[in-house]
Amino acid sequence: MASRVHARDGFVAHVGRTTLETARALADVRTWSPLLVAQMRRLGVDSVPIALFIAVFTGIVLSLLSSYIFTGAVPFYFVGALVGKTVMMELGPVLTGMALAGRVGASIAAELGTMKVTEQVDALETLAYNPRAYLVVPRVLAATLMFPVITAFAMAVGVTSGWITSVNLLDLSTPEFFKGLRLFYRFKDIWFGLVKSASFGAAVALMGCVRGLDAKSGAEGVGQSTTRAVVLGCEAILVLDAFWALVLL
Amino acid sequence: MIILEGLTKSFGAHRVLDGVTLDVPDGQNTVIIGGSGVGKSVTLKCIMGLIEPDEGRVRVDGEVVQELSRDELTELRGRIGYVFQFAALFDSMTVAENIALGLARRGYDRAAIADRVEESLAVVELSGTEDKYPAELSGGMRKRVGIARAVALKPRYILYDEPTTGLDPITSAVMDQLMVRTRDLGVTGLVVTHDMRSAFCVGDRIAMLHEGRIRQVGTRAEIQATVDPVVRQFIEGRP
Repeated sequence: MASRVHARDGFVAHVGRTTLETARALADVRTWSPLLVAQMRRLGVDSVPIALFIAVFTGIVLSLLSSYIFTGAVPFYFVGALVGKTVMMELGPVLTGMALAGRVGASIAAELGTMKVTEQVDALETLAYNPRAYLVVPRVLAATLMFPVITAFAMAVGVTSGWITSVNLLDLSTPEFFKGLRLFYRFKDIWFGLVKSASFGAAVALMGCVRGLDAKSGAEGVGQSTTRAVVLGCEAILVLDAFWALVLL
Repeated sequence: MIILEGLTKSFGAHRVLDGVTLDVPDGQNTVIIGGSGVGKSVTLKCIMGLIEPDEGRVRVDGEVVQELSRDELTELRGRIGYVFQFAALFDSMTVAENIALGLARRGYDRAAIADRVEESLAVVELSGTEDKYPAELSGGMRKRVGIARAVALKPRYILYDEPTTGLDPITSAVMDQLMVRTRDLGVTGLVVTHDMRSAFCVGDRIAMLHEGRIRQVGTRAEIQATVDPVVRQFIEGRP
């Protein structure tokens, strides 16, 4: 037990060091800037389908679930309020983050892990590149910038699917759904969700990079790093979710 | 000149280097021989600043590698080429892109990079492979691209990590010729290998690394005539 706590403390210090080194590597703009757009496409644009797939079904389930809860107790137009608030503030950012922790975190850890065990990371150093500037910064920046964009799409699609479900499967009209949606809406609902998702993006990419660059030799080592990156990315999302709720609400 | 002064390095309880001291004179190929796992590659990585020794220092052209800042180390690495045991080519890049990467870092323009890529591929006799990916090359070709990547930067030194391991005898001989040719171009070479045929072919000086220390160092003729039983056993390949 003590050794596990010690290992966890060591890992937290390691993540802190990596974060600092990555922040320093931001100054090496000449290295990371040409790679940023490609990473934004790879980590962001290519992740849109899975995020939207999740958002569609989240909206459907939320509208059905809220109708089940509200029937006979609360006016039905509150379905719109619950779908809107929940998708924008919580489920949009968190479920999108979780899905991308699997896709993006695993992809980064596997790629960097393979580069590490095949000495490609050392090769970068011998060619006078800083691996943090070349590998870590563009991935962390790309994820930080693209997670909110994907989450914004997921919010829109989640609310839309909730609306379509309410109109078609529940005894609710479009004006009633939007009356509920507007009832408790505040602009903060959206930026709260987007700020959270930006932090999720940074955390997921950073965990992927840290675990990838720590990979031990062989396919098994890369596999373990990939698994750990996904688990840590999900854990980081839940911790950050609670943190932002405490700080911003 | 590269000078190793009392390098020690442990991984956990295992002491790999235990006071390695060696001079690598300019304009020659120095070969470090020794069995698998005795720390030959670790020694090279200490020179390049990829591994920090526990004790001791590496001097390159008078600069102590371990005392350099990140920027100074980057500048120093511009003078040293490194050929990895398994080539370590970037598998998502073509051959040309692999060679161009280090040149782009040094600020060469596109035309100069294209010229240098062509020139270095010609040195390793791989002209025409510019657009191939590493996965499309044989092991020997990948190693030659690794040499081309190092040569393209026109370094003062090249460190070769097991350059002939896993190659057939003919491809090994081609690699040996390349290392000799590179030395003849004025590049100082430091080669680690356990391939004695290759060591005697390319080495002007040969040093034996044994139990974490340099057991013997001398010219090719001195090593061939050694009476040290450990060195003798190794070069003769006796069990």
